[in-house]
Amino acid sequence: MDFWTTPLGWTLATAGGILLVTVGILISLAFLLLADRKIWAGVQMRKGPNVVGPFGLLQSFADFFKFVLKEIVVPAGADKVIFLLAPLLTFVLAFIAWAAIPFAPGWVISDLNVGILYIFAISSLGVYGIIMGGWASNSKYPFLGSLRSAAQMVSYEVSIGLVIINVILLSDTMNLTQIVTQQGGWIWNWFAFGGGLETLPTIVVMFPMSIIFFISALAETNRPPFDLPEAESELVAGYQVEYSSTPYLLFMIGEYANIVFMCAMISLLFFGGWHPGFPTDFLNDWPEFLANLFYFFVFFAKIIFWFAMIAMVKAFVPRYRYDQLMRLGWKIFLPTSLVAVVIVSAWRVFAVGA
Amino acid sequence: MLQGIAFYLLAAVAVVGGLMVVTAKNPVHSVLWLILTFFSSAGLFVLLGAEFLAMLLVVVYVGAVAVLFLFVVMMLDVDFVRLREGYARYLPLAAIVAGVLLAEMIMISLVVVNGGAASDAVAPATAVDMTNAEAIGRVLYTDYVYIFQAAGIVLLIAMIGAIVLTLRHKPNIKRQKAHDQVNRDRKTAVEVKGAATGEGVTAEDLI
Repeated sequence: MDFWTTPLGWTLATAGGILLVTVGILISLAFLLLADRKIWAGVQMRKGPNVVGPFGLLQSFADFFKFVLKEIVVPAGADKVIFLLAPLLTFVLAFIAWAAIPFAPGWVISDLNVGILYIFAISSLGVYGIIMGGWASNSKYPFLGSLRSAAQMVSYEVSIGLVIINVILLSDTMNLTQIVTQQGGWIWNWFAFGGGLETLPTIVVMFPMSIIFFISALAETNRPPFDLPEAESELVAGYQVEYSSTPYLLFMIGEYANIVFMCAMISLLFFGGWHPGFPTDFLNDWPEFLANLFYFFVFFAKIIFWFAMIAMVKAFVPRYRYDQLMRLGWKIFLPTSLVAVVIVSAWRVFAVGA
Repeated sequence: MLQGIAFYLLAAVAVVGGLMVVTAKNPVHSVLWLILTFFSSAGLFVLLGAEFLAMLLVVVYVGAVAVLFLFVVMMLDVDFVRLREGYARYLPLAAIVAGVLLAEMIMISLVVVNGGAASDAVAPATAVDMTNAEAIGRVLYTDYVYIFQAAGIVLLIAMIGAIVLTLRHKPNIKRQKAHDQVNRDRKTAVEVKGAATGEGVTAEDLI
């Protein structure tokens, strides 16, 4: 019997995979965080961090040591256990969602057949870290921030869910690997463009849906222009006011991991995942590992593209007011995506060749 | 073996969580324990091979219902000392309710073990290679579609009822009218008043 199929071997292999993904994401995050600040600075014609290391490349590591070496301050009236549990929860939830993300054909920790639902479930849990942190701080600003955040995330989850249903309807599966496999070949097979020439008319629905997904992802991750939970001009720093040192660092890493995760999601669901947008027959002669590596880099490039978009939105767009945020979520996105679900299901039932 | 470990771990967490929901002093802690219990039950569903139900449990109960629970409980202004005082007074009533619930639970489990009232019902036919999302979808949307839709309508009515009961349109309040505000133009928004040079204006002139 093969060692890797025994319980011990399986546990070791899975643990190794988890470690590889987590460490990989953490290291990429260090540079993506810097990229975020550099892009932000570039739009505003500043230089951004440029002191630590060449081009400021080591800035994130310097920040890391700064955070870790500071003192952890726990407010006297705080609920200590929940106060420290909240950032941990945010951090852990941001990383376990990556378990179902396929990086290349077969390169996935857990190839669940309800992969999308799993991801949706985990990201709906993300609100707990924020709400617990805000409450446990026992202070008004954090509490207001966490209440805002809870309402905001619950609202936008609804439209994200409905947008995802469109993709599930077109692809006929909830397994992420299969969803990406269906988007192979030419660029019009991507679900943002309707998912293939036979279903090309659905581009009318699917392309706006990908935009709605992108904007909802901004709201879901509390990014500008929807960063009301931590709006510094109104709430100081929202739910993070009382946090310092490592707990704050965990919050921040969790938040960025969520942002990158949303970039990965939009690439997987709408923009072909690891497929570069043209037939990859020439890869058939390559060894499997190299072919997968090629796919992985395509996927990685897409994640970075979407991350750059999110970073630029931060620099371009002023913050929404809270009632505008709620209006956008409930009165515009929800009806639009609901109508889209009706249209796509009608297409699946009645259209010829679909 | 791994399955066994996972089962006992999740089951133990669910039971301890359930116990802590009742015994925790702070209501917010109770809700958090409740969430942990939901989550472990979802894990148990996964072990049973019902991964679709497990994910729905997390999405609906943990992700939405419990958030609102937490929302409300956090905003309650509870005096814990007074809460303790009522403990002894409500204990007999609570014991009766708990006793009835326990008896019902035991009855249900006995009935289930013996096949139960549904023992002669035909199980819905499912293909072997069908995922359980597909199986549930088939049962809900073909065999029981009318009942399913009726349940949906009941929920819709409940939602409309809640809105009707709470929505008040107060007069004399400025509201945001996005359409009017966006479509404002120079013609309607600006009025140019002539002012003679050297004479100045008073506030009355500008009205």
